[in-house]
Amino acid sequence: MITFQVNGISHSVDLEADTPLLWVLRDHLKLTGTKFGCGEGLCGACTVLIDGQPQRSCQTSLAEMQDKKVTTIEGVPVSHPLKKAWLTEEVSQCGYCQPGQIMNAAGLMTSKPHPTDADIDNAMSGNLCRCGTYGRIRKAIHVASQQEGEKS
Amino acid sequence: MSEIIKLSRRELIKAGILVGGGLVLACHIPGGLRQALAAGTTPFAPNAFLRIGSDGTITVIVNKSEMGQGVYTSLPMLIAEELECDWQQVRVQPSPVAPEYDHVTFGNIMATGGSTSVRTEWERLSKAGAAAREMLIEAAAKDWKVKPSACQAKNSVVHGPGGKHLNYGELAEQAALLPVPKEPKLKKSKKHTLLGKPIKRLDSPAKINGTAIFGIDVDAPGMLTAVIARPPVFGGTVKSFDAKKALAVAGVREVVAVDAGVAVVADGFWPAQKGRGLLEIVWDEGQWASINTPAMREEYAKLAATPGAKAYSSGDAAAELDKADRKFTAEYEVPYLAHAPMEPLNCFVDLKPDSGLVRTGSQFQTVDRAAAAGVAGLQPEQVTFETTFLGGGFGRRACPASDFIIEAAQVAKAVKKPVKVIRTREDDMRAGFYRPMWYDRINACLDKQGRPLAWQHTIVGQSIAAGTSFENAMVKDGIDSTSVEGAADLPYAIPNVLVDLHTTKNGVPVLWWRSVGHSHTAFVVESFLDELAHATGQDPYKYRRSLLAKHPRHLQVLETVAQKAGWGKPLPAGVGRGIAVHESFGSFVAQVAEVSMTDKDQVQVKRVVCAIDCGKIVNPDTITAQMEGAIIFGLSAALYGAITLKNGQVEQGNFDGYPLVQMDDAPKIEVHIVKSNEPPGGVGEPGVPPLAPAMANALFAVSGARVRSLPITPDQVRAAMGKA
Repeated sequence: MITFQVNGISHSVDLEADTPLLWVLRDHLKLTGTKFGCGEGLCGACTVLIDGQPQRSCQTSLAEMQDKKVTTIEGVPVSHPLKKAWLTEEVSQCGYCQPGQIMNAAGLMTSKPHPTDADIDNAMSGNLCRCGTYGRIRKAIHVASQQEGEKS
Repeated sequence: MSEIIKLSRRELIKAGILVGGGLVLACHIPGGLRQALAAGTTPFAPNAFLRIGSDGTITVIVNKSEMGQGVYTSLPMLIAEELECDWQQVRVQPSPVAPEYDHVTFGNIMATGGSTSVRTEWERLSKAGAAAREMLIEAAAKDWKVKPSACQAKNSVVHGPGGKHLNYGELAEQAALLPVPKEPKLKKSKKHTLLGKPIKRLDSPAKINGTAIFGIDVDAPGMLTAVIARPPVFGGTVKSFDAKKALAVAGVREVVAVDAGVAVVADGFWPAQKGRGLLEIVWDEGQWASINTPAMREEYAKLAATPGAKAYSSGDAAAELDKADRKFTAEYEVPYLAHAPMEPLNCFVDLKPDSGLVRTGSQFQTVDRAAAAGVAGLQPEQVTFETTFLGGGFGRRACPASDFIIEAAQVAKAVKKPVKVIRTREDDMRAGFYRPMWYDRINACLDKQGRPLAWQHTIVGQSIAAGTSFENAMVKDGIDSTSVEGAADLPYAIPNVLVDLHTTKNGVPVLWWRSVGHSHTAFVVESFLDELAHATGQDPYKYRRSLLAKHPRHLQVLETVAQKAGWGKPLPAGVGRGIAVHESFGSFVAQVAEVSMTDKDQVQVKRVVCAIDCGKIVNPDTITAQMEGAIIFGLSAALYGAITLKNGQVEQGNFDGYPLVQMDDAPKIEVHIVKSNEPPGGVGEPGVPPLAPAMANALFAVSGARVRSLPITPDQVRAAMGKA
């Protein structure tokens, strides 16, 4: 039995210890906002915050989760500057990768509240978007970094 | 006919009452919309796209799949413009599969593809909105005992003489009693208030909150999840298997053989995946286990040097080439490409003795529903097909073979429980249905001014339509139109043209991939034209212009892009510009790429300027977004994309072997939409074709390396420059 928090709620999960956090979230806790894209940590669609750090949930096993605090896309308030900026900049196309993009950007903004283009390149380049929304993601991160607002 | 309409109207009222006294235009089905639509036995009326509730809610029923291209916003805009409704009240509901929702020009199927959604739905949805507006106005006019012409509709309110007004919710029930006008009057484009404006996407909020449901997110009580162990080569089959170890994994429920391989069915993805890893399977590899890409390439190259089936001919290219003193010849090649949507393919199926439910992201609902029904032994109408959001489509989810539907239906049939089959990235990447590999050879000769006098283009590759239900419509006299599109319809003034085709056959399944044939023909044609310009010492932009005098729409995007990109102006050292223009899917796109090279001969695209003429427009921001996305999509292919086979096995499996452009190699993109009153053109695909040739032409400009093979890797660059 592993106990950890997701979006402020404590969960005790009794599954095989090697189950990736991604599938604990999706199949067990029914939080499907976190997406499966590659299963190898190559695309970033499954990114969540674990104790505030962006992590690939497909590469994190349940065994590592005891007492950790997870934030998923569902736990980021709609008033978060990133979510607001994602809407004003009309970032999403198919939208499948965007939860991972937003979570990764949230991690970036925690460490660098006003990231430069180079910071964004550095932090965001592991998050693939097949629809090619990179220019808008970059812009949205800059817009969010200039906003005042509630943060997760 | 009038009988049917009368009956329909009566049913309309009934249905209206059921949903709370609202106006239900054409979705007049008693007994609950979903059930009745699923049963497919109720007669439908012409306009099945709009419902107005007594609370004023406007529900637009969209018959196109939302895969990022923005149809859940652009199609409602078409209705809302004519309806004169409050945009804030507009909601979207995906349509069921029913004849009313069939594609306007593709025959009797519901389908999304070919960049056709806005083009084909413009008139139908405009009329649906206008008809409703006229009925709402008439309902108000009756109430006020005035002429409809004395009333006006605006922002979901009908205004009458003396300041009278009623909103659409208040009018819905009375409007439902009125006859549906057959030829409602459409607004003049000058009066448009929505069309042409950058309206925010209706699907954006759900997509940043984790609430948008994609196929992979579908859940149901008692649902199991399956992954399928698949043969290592195309056409392989299961000889025998041992599931003992797989069945011992906690959470694994069943292991069943299906046509696609061996399915491990479990409580969730992870136990299924673990169980799959423990299966012991003996495969019969079948007849395609010896395919090797290099050998295939050699075979294609040999074919390219021989005449193929004639696809297009004007003048006498062979005779002119025979006479020519100087001939120009070049060979180009492009590989198989995977669509690689971020959401791997998946499908939910629940089968009952007399009904079925399929929920997935599909671009081919009617075809896929029939396939599922076929597996289940049901009539298509007994199967309810619900379209989720698509985590990317790019053509992959429009598969005539319904591969990802059939396998899920077979698993569901075997286990008699609701099942969701999920493909891993590797499953998805290795399952075929690729953009075909192509090999092209062009011969040309020039007149005294250096203009092309004869142009002979031989194309070698597989037909997408052959062997599918689309063969009759798309293959004429042995020519699959998608094999030669963009090559057999050159805009350039060339008096003698011959385009011929060798259609090859092998076991690699092929499919339309965003921009289809244009994805290769534009690269070949626009690269070779560039070569001719340089060979005769002419500016590639001016050379194209001189050959496009009779094609004003090509000319305008070409001139726009040249001007916006600063064509001819000096660039920093080590940066080159390339240009390309191409018509596809009813739209015209020109691009200028600015390219440099790293010291390791890696091409870097720094900036892309794009001009598009797609005729009358709906949502300019969607058009811009589609151009941006198409440029990145094209760039991933031009820099990295290749699916190759060794001993029948696909060598790539995940994004390490099949990389995509990422944030740090995404160029700065500028999009310019050319004002046009021409009929609407496509938007999803036309931005892809010009990117690769613009990039290759820019590479030549900066380095002198003419690379005629995609992707343009450092090795290709070094080879083209004669470096070891």
